Amino acid sequence: MPEQKVVDTDYLLLEAPRERKFITGAQAMAEAVKRANVDMAIAYPITPQSEVMHLVGDLWAQGYLKDYYRAEEEYGAFSAIAGAARGGARVFTATSGPGLLRGLEAIVSWPGHRVPAVLGVLTRVVNAPLSIQPDNIEISYLLNCGAVVLHAENQQDVFDFTLAAFAIAEMVDVYIPVAVATEGFFVTHAKGYVDLPPEDMKLPDKNPYKSPVPPTDCEIPPARIQRDAPVQKSNFMSYLIHAVWQQEIWSSNARAMKYIYKYLKGPIEVINPDAEVFVVASGCAAAQAREAVRYSQLEGLNVGLVKVKSIRPFPEKEIREVLKNAKGIVIPEHNIVGWLAREVRSVIPNNDRVVNGPRVYGGMTLPTELILDEIYKILGIKKDRKVLV
Amino acid sequence: MGLEYVRITTGFEDYMPKDYVDLVKYGQFGKEYDIQELGTFKELLEEHPMCAGCFMAYFVRVFYASLPNPEDTIVIGTAGCARLALSQAAVPFIYGNYGDTNAVASGLKRALKIRFPDKEKDVVVVAGDGGLMDIGFGMTMHSWFRRENFTTIMVDNEVYGNTGGQESGMTRKGIQLKMAPKGKKFDKINVVELAKAAGCVYVARISPTNPKRIAKTIKRAILAARHFGPTFIHAYTSCNIEYSIPTEKVLEDARKREKEDFAFYEYMTDEVKEYFEQIENKGKQQPSEVKA
Ligand SMILES: Cc1ncc(C[n+]2csc(CCOP(=O)(O)OP(=O)(O)O)c2C)c(N)n1
Ligand code: SF4
Repeated sequence: MPEQKVVDTDYLLLEAPRERKFITGAQAMAEAVKRANVDMAIAYPITPQSEVMHLVGDLWAQGYLKDYYRAEEEYGAFSAIAGAARGGARVFTATSGPGLLRGLEAIVSWPGHRVPAVLGVLTRVVNAPLSIQPDNIEISYLLNCGAVVLHAENQQDVFDFTLAAFAIAEMVDVYIPVAVATEGFFVTHAKGYVDLPPEDMKLPDKNPYKSPVPPTDCEIPPARIQRDAPVQKSNFMSYLIHAVWQQEIWSSNARAMKYIYKYLKGPIEVINPDAEVFVVASGCAAAQAREAVRYSQLEGLNVGLVKVKSIRPFPEKEIREVLKNAKGIVIPEHNIVGWLAREVRSVIPNNDRVVNGPRVYGGMTLPTELILDEIYKILGIKKDRKVLV
Repeated sequence: MGLEYVRITTGFEDYMPKDYVDLVKYGQFGKEYDIQELGTFKELLEEHPMCAGCFMAYFVRVFYASLPNPEDTIVIGTAGCARLALSQAAVPFIYGNYGDTNAVASGLKRALKIRFPDKEKDVVVVAGDGGLMDIGFGMTMHSWFRRENFTTIMVDNEVYGNTGGQESGMTRKGIQLKMAPKGKKFDKINVVELAKAAGCVYVARISPTNPKRIAKTIKRAILAARHFGPTFIHAYTSCNIEYSIPTEKVLEDARKREKEDFAFYEYMTDEVKEYFEQIENKGKQQPSEVKA
């Protein structure tokens, strides 16, 4: 392992020179962990996530991390993450589909416990019958716990979002977990070009005292710390305390937005802001959407793209603004419930402009033609030919 | 840390709550009280909302009074009765989700080892039979298999006290309780044997009838965990509500159970034994010397 020197967070994320590598999404996530000065990672295998945690284990063996182990199961892994974070360590773990659901009770308690962990979510179907295919319905289960949820389109995003996640999670005015999701296999097991900053640089050490809550390490007065005391006596004060705490978690989530602007160039990416029809997509559906928009433009159609990078905090006003003149909105998704469509519908006026789909699920790929069909329908173009470009 | 953390910042003496001033002046931090002196010093645990006459509450009180190093101890609990008192003490307390104690403790202890390689930070789990042997069974066992350096204390009231009296895996066979309307179907889990088999280096079973012995057992479990691996105490702490034990009969019941099936039992590995011989024969130990 090369000697790593600590560099300023902004320098590493925004300015450091980058070198292009052709790597998988799993490698991209591990490359981010390599530069994040992580203290501890706790692993539990599940396809298609395992490779990420294999690679992180190798990083530990090389000396990049101080501790790493394979936990007994997901609940144990995510509870141990909570323990390690309270002890003041910088922590990372990753999971997929059923693993996320198995550990959900622990994960959804992280924001309230102010656990600034970074969680990789390499999506996989959760519905029976069992399957290991990519399907991102699991993200919808994460949306209401208070965590920041970023959705990566490709290997480059996986790297950038994961490295930024450590910085965002530990901002004193945020200090909640950041989940970085991407589609299993499509991104984790496929290679893409990723511009990487030097591997001999790392983020500054975690300073556990730069935190809105004290670490539980017996180092700071007063002695009577009840950081996690339950609030459940039935009186007005306890309701109030809990209510205020919940509000604070969601405010922390909202405060993450300014760092998403700083490190990820904003929560959305827009192509052709004056378009008549928009395709709104996140994750690797955005890659297909990008293609559909490119084809449409080649055909002379006025179609634009809104790629949503941050699902939580959800870019309400940004989306409202960019879609204000849209005649129709197509939201391709890799899940049956259409959680992104629901999110978009909930923040725009005249939300019947959002067409229902296209959606693929169970692990299918998303043909660009399906997106184009919806675009044609909105524009009243009758076409039964396949796209030929 | 050291005792800096229980010192009052100069200039604030007049403004600190009486409770805190008493802790600094007469509390256990940095001192080694004998458990027989209970009542003559300011205890870490002041008040709690557990049922009057609850034997578990008594055990928690003795537990806090027995800590070898309270100023550097973190207690981990979970849903269940014990945490009602555990969270009311002058020792940092972590309350996770039901049954996750030993996983949280694993992460915490490792993080503290990374951050404070030269200091002893004791992590102690105190949780009910349901929390450790039912819902948290896997996490309990695996923390032992992984040889994590912390102590687990099971306060076994043989019932789910906190949710109103359902049977647990530690309930004795045949006992009729809520959710076991026809009586418990299988034997009480032999957790002491499990702990040994799973790799605990120090294991004790007690019916807490003798405070001196409780204190010694707790100290031993915590000291052994620092150096050698996981340690476990199985303590009978009856629930006088669900088992209808009148308050004045609680100790009598504990003695009866001690004779029947909770006889004092202690197991330790040879190296732990050798260690205790070394430190305990030196006479009264100061906590700093005990740190080895
Ligand atoms: C996931 C989950 N399931 C169930 C509960 C409800 N619950 C709270 S305390 C408890 C039982 C506690 O029994 P035990 O662990 O034996 O401790 P005791 O109260 O008897 O001391 C249960 C089932 C919970 N809090 N979380
Ligand atoms: S319910 Fe039982 S174990 Fe719980 S506090 Fe009351 S007496 Fe103690």
